[in-house]
Amino acid sequence: MSAFGRDDGVSRRKVLECMTWAGTGVLWTISGGVPHALGLIDQAVAQEADSLTFLQISDSHIGFDKPANPNALGTLEEAVARINTLPKRPAFMIHTGDISHLSLASQFDDADRIISKTRLDVHYVPGEHDFLDPEQKFYRERYGRGTKGAGWYSFDVSGVHFVGLVNVLDLKAGGLGFLGAEQLAWLEDDLRGRSASTPIVVFAHIPLWTVYSEWGWGTDDSAQALSYLKRFGSVTVLNGHIHQVMQKVEGNVTFHTARSTAFPQPAPGAAASPGPMKVADDKLRSLLGIADVTFKQGEQRLAIVDTPLQA
Amino acid sequence: MSTTFRAMIVAAALGAAAAPLLAAVAPTPQAQNAPTAVSIDNFTFTPQTLTVKAGTTVTWANKDDIPHGIAWMKNAFTKSKALDTDDTYALTFTTPGSYQYFCYLHPHMTGTVVVEAATGDAAQ
Repeated sequence: MSAFGRDDGVSRRKVLECMTWAGTGVLWTISGGVPHALGLIDQAVAQEADSLTFLQISDSHIGFDKPANPNALGTLEEAVARINTLPKRPAFMIHTGDISHLSLASQFDDADRIISKTRLDVHYVPGEHDFLDPEQKFYRERYGRGTKGAGWYSFDVSGVHFVGLVNVLDLKAGGLGFLGAEQLAWLEDDLRGRSASTPIVVFAHIPLWTVYSEWGWGTDDSAQALSYLKRFGSVTVLNGHIHQVMQKVEGNVTFHTARSTAFPQPAPGAAASPGPMKVADDKLRSLLGIADVTFKQGEQRLAIVDTPLQA
Repeated sequence: MSTTFRAMIVAAALGAAAAPLLAAVAPTPQAQNAPTAVSIDNFTFTPQTLTVKAGTTVTWANKDDIPHGIAWMKNAFTKSKALDTDDTYALTFTTPGSYQYFCYLHPHMTGTVVVEAATGDAAQ
């Protein structure tokens, strides 16, 4: 395994440093659709007894070994260590895809071995890197049990309805992420009859809002999905794929993307391409991390805390 | 065989020192100098449109630190396997036409191969 501390050229690194998106961890609460920054993550969080907290990790890219992070396995291990020392133990975890880098069985094995050390139930959705085996079967065999279609599903915890969607298959030339008619019909049916006061959490790999179409950071048919969610008072959409924290609030819908545990990517348009971003070794861990999400019962608000591996 | 032989000539033609050799053995310099490689760099296919004669083998090489994969519109050809950094993919085009492709991981990346009828050496 490669060691940390490689230097791949000062000039390139300097340039990339300038592109670093300054995403330090901030605790957000959403109240009446308006986000309030409460403070830096390390000052967080007085947990309440009657709240539900779950964790999001994303984009572990096990198998990635390029200069942007020669040891993606090691940083996933660090993320797991961080999870295991959180002040409040999360109820469960979601993983928003790109578990592996190249869909090799050994990469899924390594990811599973490390993630299982959290001893949390993990609900997965796939990233485009998880369907690269020739028969596209490894993801489904490992994580797709009990799911519909290519792996979509829903479940309920403590009165919150969670929906995992797949938007990385059957992509169209020139397009973005894609849900497809079958999945959209299922979603409409899944939400039908639920009370508008039910808090909804939707999670998928590629953002369900258009972050930056030039880089493919959006989902072609997400507007259709969001139209089914309009009547709900509290909707939270959690994504990965772009390896940085972004948040947008639109009406009752909060969109949020989590950091990767493997490597950072540039801010939209800040580089020639969205490829892995090499930063100074001592900055890498400030751009990788995990997110935990807390619902406080009886309040239409949630708190998302993005915690970097290193402040 | 003939493809390999032509590729060698193209390679030789790239060096100025090979010019006399080229003159001696190459009856159709125009066709043989045409590029047959597509580079994948910064999430872009370059050249975006490549024009070749029927019978040409085109090669894609991934120069990015992230995998890419090539899928063909209308499923004209089987998609490539995922191309990790420095992996290559080659496809021989036998039938004239315009073939559009995209990266099946990053579908905003698109490209075209235009295949023209192979004209016999005599016609040059």
